[in-house]
Parts: sequence; C-alpha cells; structure tokens
Amino acid sequence: MDLVATALPALGEAFALILQPQQLMYLAIGVLLGLSVGVFPGLGGIAGLSLVLPFMFGMDPVSGLALMVGLIAVVPTSDTFASVLLGIPGSTASQATVLDGFPLAKKGEAARALSAAFVSSLFGGLLGAIVLTGFILIARPIILAFGLPEMLMVTVLGLSMVAILAGRIPLKGVVAAGLGLMVGTIGEAPAGGSLRMSTYDMPYMMDGLSLVIVGLGIFAIPEIVALLRQDRAISKSGDLGKGWVDGLRDWFKNIWLSVKCSAIGVLVGVIPGLGGSVVDWIAYGFTVQSSKDKSQFGKGDIRGVIGPESSNNAKEGGGLVPTLIFGIPGSGSMAVFLGGIALLGYDAGPHMVRHNLDITYTIVWSLALANVIGAGLCILLSGQIARLTTIRFTLVAPFLFTIIAFAAFQSRQSLGDLVALMAVGALGIFLRRFEFSRPAFLIGFVLSAQAETFTNMANQIASSRFRRSFEEGMEYVASPIVLIILLLTVVSVIIGIRQGKQVLGRDDPPTGTKRAPLAFMLAVTFYVAFAWVNALQISYFGDKVFPVAVGTVTLIGCIVLLIRMIRAPETDSIFADMEKGDEDGSAPHGLWSTLAWFGFLLLLSSLLGFILALGIFLVTFLRMRAGATWTRTLILTAFGVGFMCFLGGVLGRDFPPGLLQEYIDLPWPLT
Amino acid sequence: MTEKTTTRRTALTLCAAAGLAVASVNPAVAGGHGGVDLSGETVEYVIPFSESGGSARWANFFAPLLSEHLPGNPTVVVRYRPGAGSTSGANWFQEQTTDDGTLIFGTSGSTQFPYLLGDPRVRYEYKDWRVVLASGTGGVAYLPPELAGMMDGLDATPLADTDFIWGSQGATRLDLVANLGWEMLGMNVEPVFGIKGRGDGRLMFERGEANIDYQTSSAFLKSVQPMVEGGLAAPMMSWGALDADGNIVRDPTFPEMPSFKEVCEATPACETSGDAWEAWKAFFIAGFPAQKMIFLPGSASDDLVATYTQALNDIIARDDFAEMSAATLGVYPQMTDSGAKAAFTLATEVPDSAKAYVVEWLQDRYGVSLN
Repeated sequence: MDLVATALPALGEAFALILQPQQLMYLAIGVLLGLSVGVFPGLGGIAGLSLVLPFMFGMDPVSGLALMVGLIAVVPTSDTFASVLLGIPGSTASQATVLDGFPLAKKGEAARALSAAFVSSLFGGLLGAIVLTGFILIARPIILAFGLPEMLMVTVLGLSMVAILAGRIPLKGVVAAGLGLMVGTIGEAPAGGSLRMSTYDMPYMMDGLSLVIVGLGIFAIPEIVALLRQDRAISKSGDLGKGWVDGLRDWFKNIWLSVKCSAIGVLVGVIPGLGGSVVDWIAYGFTVQSSKDKSQFGKGDIRGVIGPESSNNAKEGGGLVPTLIFGIPGSGSMAVFLGGIALLGYDAGPHMVRHNLDITYTIVWSLALANVIGAGLCILLSGQIARLTTIRFTLVAPFLFTIIAFAAFQSRQSLGDLVALMAVGALGIFLRRFEFSRPAFLIGFVLSAQAETFTNMANQIASSRFRRSFEEGMEYVASPIVLIILLLTVVSVIIGIRQGKQVLGRDDPPTGTKRAPLAFMLAVTFYVAFAWVNALQISYFGDKVFPVAVGTVTLIGCIVLLIRMIRAPETDSIFADMEKGDEDGSAPHGLWSTLAWFGFLLLLSSLLGFILALGIFLVTFLRMRAGATWTRTLILTAFGVGFMCFLGGVLGRDFPPGLLQEYIDLPWPLT
Repeated sequence: MTEKTTTRRTALTLCAAAGLAVASVNPAVAGGHGGVDLSGETVEYVIPFSESGGSARWANFFAPLLSEHLPGNPTVVVRYRPGAGSTSGANWFQEQTTDDGTLIFGTSGSTQFPYLLGDPRVRYEYKDWRVVLASGTGGVAYLPPELAGMMDGLDATPLADTDFIWGSQGATRLDLVANLGWEMLGMNVEPVFGIKGRGDGRLMFERGEANIDYQTSSAFLKSVQPMVEGGLAAPMMSWGALDADGNIVRDPTFPEMPSFKEVCEATPACETSGDAWEAWKAFFIAGFPAQKMIFLPGSASDDLVATYTQALNDIIARDDFAEMSAATLGVYPQMTDSGAKAAFTLATEVPDSAKAYVVEWLQDRYGVSLN
C-alpha cells in the first residue's frame, strides 16, 4: 500500500520529533493550561488558545503545536468537573454529561462519576487520534460527500433526540424544544439580516443569546438555587459513597458503549460546519436508546456519563480532520488553532498534509499524549476534588455565582450579559419546576441557527437543481447518505416516543393547584404567539419562513397543552409542580429569596462594577445567609475577590463596569 | 509551479518596495519617538471581531511585532469585542478617550460597509479617528473549468444563460462587491446567504453545490491555486488593484489574470462608466485595497501618531517581514503615514449617488432594507 509506505515513516519521524524533552515540556504546559482553563464554565479552548497565541510567533513548530494541541485536547476532559460536581455545563461539549453526572454527585458518587468520565474521555481521545492518523490521508472524498442536505439531516437527527428526552408528557417536550428553537432565532437572521424579536435600539439582542448564557441559565442556575435552598452539601449523605476505582470498573463494563459513542464523536466531528454542539446529545440519546433498563437515566445512571464523555474527546480528533485537510475550522477553537499554525509558518490545507506529513503527525501524537496525561491527572485528582461535594453548599454557592457571572460576561462583555443570564435563569427555574424538559429546550436552542441556515441553503440549491431537471434535483436531496440518516432519525423518533416516558421523569410527580402551571403555560404561549406575529411581519422571505414554521408548530402544541390542562383534574401529572414536592416544597429557604441573592450581586455590579460588588456581596452573603464568623467571612471574601482578579489578569479579561465607572475613572480591576 | 513562484516573488518585491518607499519619504518621523515611552505599559489592541476570524489573525500577527518595535517594548494584547458584525465594537471605540497610546483599534471591510451604507446601528464616525496603518488585499473570482472555457476571450456574455449559485456571507457584507460585479456582467448569480466565512463558500464549490466563487488573495493562493493546478477550478478574473492615480489596474499579485475592469470592457452588457460602475468601484475600494486599518482614538496627539507610524515602518522594513507576512496577510502593501491616509480617504468616502444606487439595488434585488 502506497499510503502505508508514506504514512509509517512520517509517523515514526513525528514520534521522534515529539519525544524530545523540550517538546514534551511544552505539551505538559499545554495540558496544564487546558485543564485549568477548561475547569471554568464558559471558558474553553478559545480562551486558552488566545492566551498562548502571543507566544506562538517565532516558536519552534513542533513545540508550538504541542502546546496548542495539548491545550485543545484536554479542555473537554476537565470541563467534566463542573458538569458532574456542580451541575454546571462546563462547555457545549459536556452539556449532556450534566443529566446523569450531577445526580450521581448528589448521591455521593461524584468520584465514581468523575473517574468513569475521565477514562471515557481518554479512550475517546485515543480513538480520535488513531482515526485521525489514517483518515487524514483518505478523508477528502468522504468529507466532500457531506453536502448541505446531509448536514441538514444530521441536524435533524440531533433534533430527534428531543423525542427520548421529552419527559413524561411528550407534548411538553415538543413545546420546550419549540421554545428553544424560537429563542434561538432571536436577533439578526443569518440569511438576510432581518431583525427578530429585537430592535436597533437594543443592540444587545441583535446578536441573539449566546450558548454559554443559555447553558448556564437553563442548567446551572436552577440547580444551584435549588441546592442552596436546602442548606446542606451536594452529596445528600454528606460523604463519598463510591470511589474512583468503581468508576474505572463501570467504564470497563460498558466498554462497547464507549467504543460506539467514540465512533459517533469522530464521525460528527469530521463533518465541517456542524461543530461540537450536537455530539454529546446524539451520544446521550444513543446511549439511552440502546440501553435495556432506562429507568435510572436522568437520576444518576453511570452510562449517561460514559456515553457523552467518550464522544466529546473523540470529536476533537475528528474535528482536526477537516481543519487540516481543507484549512476550514470546524469550531471557534479550531479557527484560533489555524491562526496559530499560520504564526508558526505553516498553512493548514492539502499542501501541509501532503508535504509536511511529519509535522501533521506530531499533531496526532500530541493529541494522543495529551489525552493520556490530561485524563491520567484528572483521574488521580478526582477522588480529592470530589470532596467538594461534601462541603456545606452554602459556602460554595457564592463562589459559583461569581464564576457563573464572570463566565456569562465573557460572551459580550456588557451588562446585558448579566441581565440575559438572570432572565434565562428564571426561565430555567420555571422549566425545572413545572417539569418541562430542559435538555429538549437546549437541543432546540443549540440547533436552531444551523437548522435554519441549512434548510434555507439546501432548499435554494435544490430548487435550482430541480429547475434544471427532476433527476438532478432528486440526486441532490435524496443521496444515499441522506436516506441512511433519515432512516436513523425515524428509528430514533420511534424508540424515543415509545420509551421516552421512562427517562427524565419522576414516577409520580407532585402536583398542587392548577394556577401556577397554567400561568406559566400561558406566559409561554404568549411569548411564542408574540414571536410568531413578529416573524410574520418580516418582509424578506428567507428570514421569515423558519420562525413562522417553527412558531406555528409550537403554538399548536401550546394550545393543545392548554386545552388538556383546562380539562384535566388538578392531580393530573400535567400539573407537575416541584414546589409541592418533598425536596423543594420543604426546603428551609424560599425560591425567590434565594434567587434574589444572585439578583443582588447583579444589581450591585450594575451600580459599582463587578469587583466592588463582589466584595460586598461575599461579605453580606457569608455573614447573613451562611452565618460564617467574621474571620472566616473576610478570609473567604479576600480569597474570592483575589482569585477573580487573578483570573481576569491572567486571561486579560475585563470585569463588568457599573454606573460608578461612568463617572469616576478607577484603576484596574475596579474599572 | 514556477508561475506561482514568480507571482509570489513579484509581489514580495512590490511589498518590500512599498515599505521602503514609505519609510524613506518620511523624514519628519524617522527621528526620535517624540518623547513617547511605553515601557511597563500594556497596549490593548482591540478588534471588534471574535477570536476566530481573519481580523484576529491579522491582529495577532502585528501584536508581537508592535511590542518589539514600540518605544519601551510595552506588552501588546489583542482584545476581542465582537457583536453585531463589528458595529458594536466600533461604537464602543468611538466613546474611548484613552490618548496615552495604550489603546489601538483594528477595523475591517465589515466595519466599513455598514458605515458607508448608513446602517442604523452605526454610531461611529471614521473621520474622528486617526489612522496609522492600512493593510490591503485583493480578490479573485473563479469558475469550474468547463464554465470558464465558455467565455469568449474576456467576453462573459456566453455565461448569461447559466444558472450560477454561490455561498455568500450576506447581501450587505464584503460579498456585495462580487454580487454586483457579476450582475453587471449580465450573469445570473444566485447567492445562497448564511455561510460563516469564505472558506465555507469554497467548500461548497469543491462539493459542486456552488458553481462560482471568489476568495481573497491569500486564500486563493493557498487553497484555490492547488485546485487550479489539479484542473478543478479556473480563475475568471481578479477584482483588480488601485494604482497611484486611483485607476483600477491588474492585481500585481496576479499579473496574468484580467481585472474585472477588463472583463467588463470586453462584455457588451457591462459599462465602465455610469452609476453601476461608480458604485461598484467605490465599494471595491472600500472593501479591498484598504481592507484592514489600525486606528488611534481621535484624542491622540500628533506625537503618538508619529510614534506608532515609526514603529510600523520599522516592522515593515524588517528583512524578514515580507516572508512572515506572506503567510498571514498575503502579499499586499502595508501602508503607513500618507499612504495610510490616502487609503483611509478612499475607503471611507463614497459618493452619495453610489451609496443611493447600492441601497436601492439591495432592496430591489434581495429585498434587504437598511432601515
């Protein structure tokens, strides 16, 4: 084989290049940086790469690549900490991990969940690297076979996961997903730039809501608020039941699941234009569908951690294939990576793969080694870090609020970020309270923009082909790949509808009066109707058709649900209301007073700027809510403020300014 | 292959010559630094885009060089303020009064076009700012070889009956130049809006979903040239370049390719005078020969402008500059001082008639309204 003859020596040379002390050192630095950055929700590969980019210029290429690849490779490893321990989706790649990872932490099995996640990550990462090795030489025609109709179908396959994650009442899941899709259309339309649910007078809304803010608002804020009301540790028993060795054993028992989900990760990662945001949902949906006993999903099933975590590291290897072959980035961090490669004096593209195969393969080796080092470190640390779940949560929460606010502010660097976070957080709290599927909402939101773009573009090209001849049109829209994915989608929906009721729903939900659930349902209906009318008024057809179509379906869903609500008795599970249940209903602290603490931090920030506000917030919270002693309060406050300044300083980020800063010029970090 | 090398060498020479010329005609600046010392300071190099675009690449190329050549060797960090297609970052810069040299701002064609078109979001005024660098580029339109073969020499009339499709970033973006140009040639080109970058458009072309495309020069050299050599694509024309008198001539990077002006002259449907031509030319100039610029805030002193000009001249005069910049910026002149000012004027002033023509055309042709 000619391919093997070229590939093997290059692979060997690359191995020799990377196994130099200096290169290994840079790789280790990259891994450590990647782990540190990845731990913080909202900061990921892009933030980390921007940090090292200034040093790229003039660096030895192999060292530079080792540094960058080491960093990228482990971000989806370490973001698992936040997902599992705190219920905060660390990045878009580990949203699905939250669904089962966090319930495991609450059961006191955080160490087990973490080590299972890390070993899955490691496995996925290695598989990704292996695939990259061979695939990069032959992948070109395969990638070119994925045109717009194929990408649209993969997006639809992602959306079909809503069926299995819809919860007990499928219609509620449909409404949640529809609402997510509608919220995803807010802002400037991708095709014609028409404005939807926003005006030129409110520039913030024109870019829509960012994924980081929606992820934090929908998952993190409701969970943190719910936990904070309990005034105990995350782990219900207050200690760690199962250790990290159990996690390794769990992974080994489910090794085939890990193999399959890694393969999914590589495949989806290879298709340029999809990005990583669907991978974990498809993997999670697949995990649930292919499992016999579904009763524990959403309540702490270890397989729900192994599936998505195997896929999200594998995706990085897959994502490098189009990045290197075509020089086209599959994600934001890949784009920065390409910029870094250019600074090292290379240009990603067919040229580099053909003529610098040894350099290209150092990327593969770096990827594999980084995964081993990163996951190894994380597994060793997981037992210790998992102890976080045994600390009284009231002492942890203010720092989480801080980190979430900081993470949200990174998306647009405006106070609007904090307002948006608060608004989405409130929505998340209601979705949780009334048992609307939050994963369904998030899947809708994540896929909204690409579903719209791909539909519009594929439609435009298809109609031009059909104008030429019917055969040519059919050949375009009904390619074998499209038909296969279509079949998968149909199967996925059927399995989902049949068995979805067992997932993510409690057996017997608490219900109260009709009033609260009905009021929320009316509010949702009103929003969807308003957005629908708003979309109808757009003049440019391409910008109008998607929100109108989705809005129509969602609105019908809302109305049917409302009719069912009016007819059903108060005790029907359609009126699920967590406030009436044991856990939330009997919590020592109220919902709104707890959320108000977070609101207090945001309000203070808008007046005094973030850092000053943070100091005041931490002191008040720790004294009044947590009842800490003055000494402890002051030490923790100093630690919190100091840490934020350190983080902002190192990453070169600003903090939200307030009204005060409008009038007085203050030195950094108070600006 | 030899042809490509020659092209690149010619362009490199040109680039170096331009740099030397600017450095030498500028004796007033060539002396000291006007007393400006930035040692221990951190210069924020703000761009109104995200970390992942071409502007980020451009800024990250210049940042370490500026750090090396500014007096006192300050730390130069690139800050990103994306939003609303760069208008929100530019609106932010408009309000800044940091005049100690620790703030510079980089713009691109995407910042210029909304400004020129009177986009309601624009609250910034280019003329308030002080330009210190202008980086140019060019663009090349290309076709599948069989369609390129249909052209009658330079006459594009035989292409009039073909249905063309291409991936475009948006009607009001830089792609406006291509859309308007092809339409002037009487071609029926349907833009498929909504792609995220020109690389995605190229991929559509490679997949056969699009049958026409254009790329900026560096992307063309890097990614399309191999396709041309492999018989998968054929260049149709370059947009051209601007000579010292403001005429559109052949792009020095692609001297063997006809410019859009030549193709237009050879095609009966197209005219190199009148409203359409003036509008195309105005927006071409705004989008390509002065595509990216570095600004100091309006309140910056002459000393400061001179300091930055000097530092940039030093960068351009480096022996290794041409080689380094070829990979990241493409082989185009980097203009400072009077060159930058001239480019700035061309890029930010469009005759009212040209503006009115484009606004109306966008409305009629694509239903895109700018109010």
